[in-house]
Amino acid sequence: MRKSKTAVVNTQSPATDSDLSIPQSFTVTVSVRRFNPDVDQETYLQDFEVEMYATDRVLDALHKIKWEQDGSLSFRRSCGHGICGSDAMRINGLNRLACKTLMKDLDVTKPIIIEAIKGLPLEKDLIVDMEPFFAAYREVLPFLMPSGAEPERERIQSQEDRARFDDSTKCILCAACTTSCPVFWTDNQYFGPQAIVGAHRFIFDSRDSGAASRLEVLNSKEGVWRCRTTFNCTDACPRGIQITQAIAEVKQALIRGKI
Amino acid sequence: MSDNQTPAPALLNPRSARSGKNNYELYSWLFMRISGIILVFLVLGHLFIMNILDGGVQRINFGFVAGRWASPFWQVWDLLQLWLAMLHGGNGLRTIINDYAENDRTRSFLKYLLLVTVVFIVLLGTLVIFTFDPNIS
Repeated sequence: MRKSKTAVVNTQSPATDSDLSIPQSFTVTVSVRRFNPDVDQETYLQDFEVEMYATDRVLDALHKIKWEQDGSLSFRRSCGHGICGSDAMRINGLNRLACKTLMKDLDVTKPIIIEAIKGLPLEKDLIVDMEPFFAAYREVLPFLMPSGAEPERERIQSQEDRARFDDSTKCILCAACTTSCPVFWTDNQYFGPQAIVGAHRFIFDSRDSGAASRLEVLNSKEGVWRCRTTFNCTDACPRGIQITQAIAEVKQALIRGKI
Repeated sequence: MSDNQTPAPALLNPRSARSGKNNYELYSWLFMRISGIILVFLVLGHLFIMNILDGGVQRINFGFVAGRWASPFWQVWDLLQLWLAMLHGGNGLRTIINDYAENDRTRSFLKYLLLVTVVFIVLLGTLVIFTFDPNIS
């Protein structure tokens, strides 16, 4: 409703320049894969018609459905600005954050298909059980493991040393990468791209001395060697992390350490 | 249990325990890269010689093969090609079986079948390369 008010305001303001076009709303079909564990045996697609603007996000469409059409629609979202990592979902088959995907970047002449991320146990509608994903992250010891006596001031690090792992600090644990990985889909045993990025963040931190323990975890049967470099993770990452490169760097570190 | 921490919930499909320090997957990964690079030259060279050079595939007969295997160079070439291709392909299939076989019995059966096949073909090929008799009647 807020959106249509904006449109009204725009109509009333005198358009001095004819090039300043008034934003046009349009109706788009949003096809959501629904599942209610209390009633349904199988998932099914349900279509909703929503009025959207090109600048609206997929999250706005989900809000409109939940608030105005069907309150039972379940999905996770928190900040709505691409930082909390709550609303990763499959949008037209690609893992994306609903809050960072704009209508103008989708083909709105066709239904927008929205499904839960794949490979984690489905709980309801777009909500999956994230616990196996977090368990993999915990296994790589994602915390600073310094050695020596605790310094009296901050642990100093040069800008170059900080830049070494800058990319992997951007992770928001949304699971878009891990649940886009075909190796993770097969048996959920692979640690997955996110856990490797999480380990990379500390392995290449000059202040940390726990690299050996993390590398040992990632050298196991379910570790980095299961990666087939399909780049699905890199394509899926809403933070633009070069995940496949991070995985390759961990492989290199292991090979240099062992041979 | 500390006051404000809830234990992590049990997983439906927990990761199996890590079996000690073991670099098997590392070496297997490295082997795939190295054998792959060598095979590019061996196999492309083989295809070029067999199918394109001097009249190509038309000239291949018993005599042609006998002539090639008289030279230790081609014996080593073919032996290397056979072993690397079988181990490279076999290892690739092993990872695919590990990925897609859903229960443990199917998985071990398929891997056993794969092992038997690879060993049989490698041994048979090696035997033929070394015991090839050009004067067989």
